[in-house]
Amino acid sequence: MSERMPVKFRGGGFAPTSKRGIGILVFVALIGFLEYGTRVGFISNLTMPRPSDVFSTFIDLWSSGLLWQHLAPSLMRLLVGASLGISAGIGIGVLVGLFSFIRAGLVPLVSALFPIPKIALLPLFVIWFGIDETSKYALIAFGTFTPTVVSTYGAVDNVDRSLIRMGQSFNLSWLSIVTKIVLPGAMPGILSGLRISLAIGIILLVAAEMLGAEYGIGAYILEAGSLYDLERLFTGVAILSVMGVTISAVVGLIEKRLLNWRV
Amino acid sequence: MDLFLENISHSYGETEVLQDISLSIPSGKILCIVGPSGCGKSTLLRLIGGLERPTSGQVIQLGSPPKDTINPLTYVFQDFALLPWRSVEKNISLVLEDHDIDRASRAEIITGVLARTKLTDFRKALPRQLSGGMKQRVALARALAVNPAVMLMDEPLSALDSQTRELLMDDLVSLWTRQPFTAVYVTHNLNEAVRLGHSIVVLSRRPGCIREIITIDKPLEEREVWDGELDQKQKYLWNLMREEAMAADQELLNV
Ligand SMILES: Nc1ncnc2c1ncn2[C@@H]1O[C@H](COP(=O)(O)OP(=O)(O)OP(=O)(O)O)[C@@H](O)[C@H]1O
Ligand SMILES: [Mg+2]
Repeated sequence: MSERMPVKFRGGGFAPTSKRGIGILVFVALIGFLEYGTRVGFISNLTMPRPSDVFSTFIDLWSSGLLWQHLAPSLMRLLVGASLGISAGIGIGVLVGLFSFIRAGLVPLVSALFPIPKIALLPLFVIWFGIDETSKYALIAFGTFTPTVVSTYGAVDNVDRSLIRMGQSFNLSWLSIVTKIVLPGAMPGILSGLRISLAIGIILLVAAEMLGAEYGIGAYILEAGSLYDLERLFTGVAILSVMGVTISAVVGLIEKRLLNWRV
Repeated sequence: MDLFLENISHSYGETEVLQDISLSIPSGKILCIVGPSGCGKSTLLRLIGGLERPTSGQVIQLGSPPKDTINPLTYVFQDFALLPWRSVEKNISLVLEDHDIDRASRAEIITGVLARTKLTDFRKALPRQLSGGMKQRVALARALAVNPAVMLMDEPLSALDSQTRELLMDDLVSLWTRQPFTAVYVTHNLNEAVRLGHSIVVLSRRPGCIREIITIDKPLEEREVWDGELDQKQKYLWNLMREEAMAADQELLNV
């Protein structure tokens, strides 16, 4: 009598799985498009450098040994500045998450500091710490500090209270509760905050190197920009992007290691 | 070690939750607490274990806990409260780490409680790999590991399906018969109450006060799933509870 048909599938989706290669495919397609456009001519050489030219500039940079001369100080600055800012941020964030007084005192302060474009403070840091490395460390540290605090105390707030109750009910010491329950429970939130903080760190790195740095990716980009040398400008920008992707991949690896207990 | 509740009353702000509860918790017995939803059973349990302070009255501990007790008042929670990032054995070891117990005896305790709760094969498993019933057995193993003087159990089987619940009730009975422990067992399931309780405290609707205490003399191991005597008790309890529930409804109508 009535017609037979299968019930329509409505589930699925909303569960991101890792698809290898798609990300690379997007990059390849985009670069391929630019290459094609600049060769055929519908993208003028003045608006966009040809990717292959950018690549050969990069090779030149590499073979001349200048790449390391620029990259090494940049990585050092990022490493020192970001470690300072992130470790201070996690420490303060945990304290804010745990103690009402510290929270009441510091949350308004952090909210006041967060929206300040840290780049605007660079001259101030130069006055405080001098034109050399210290002011660059300070800028990066300060810039990574505020977002880390915010994401850390949010993560601590989100730790399941019933687990903390459980710890108390078994008479665990305060220190045990913090290190064995609160910190691991907050780790997912802290790590996803780390991605954002590190990206901000790269942005500030370039800003810091635009003032009074002889070497560094930022200095390289600034020099290229002032000469309107688009190939070198894009080489520098591409190096920054690769740094960003690498850092994100490293954080991803850490997440995989530390958060393998998640579903 | 016996516990006594002396005139315990408790309020959250304006709402009075518990009213003048006096009760003795004898050692070596399971005391069940039943009562309508929201009458303050969980609150009472938190007061007994010192996780919260009563507004008035006090909980008295008579005598000291046995020497080998690591954590005298130990909870088993409805939602298991296992750390998802720790394996089964690490979850148990968590509650032993803060005490002065060397590595070898810690491992020995863990092996022992895992055997008692039939979890030996799951030592290294993470909580997410376990079914609900197994998670609650881990929580039970963790509670047993600290050798409690009194176990405070808040609806430990409520998150489980009825077959698993039957199996775990059997497990609890055999754990108790092999080595009697003291427990305060909160439940809203009257069948659990008559199967596990040596005595059953019926609380009234909020503000909870003791409506009646019934005792069941039949030994735990002789209680069957279908048992005429227990059915009688259960029916009696149900009538008491139904009156409370109906009275609560009536109050709503009169507002
Ligand atoms: N921390 C709290 N603050 C304010 N009110 C609370 C708090 N905890 C419980 N209550 C209130 O106290 C009353 C008793 O709560 P409790 O959880 O003890 O009831 P219960 O008997 O365990 O209920 P259920 O059967 O649902 O588990 C409820 O009305 C609840 O809303
Ligand atoms: Mg409850």
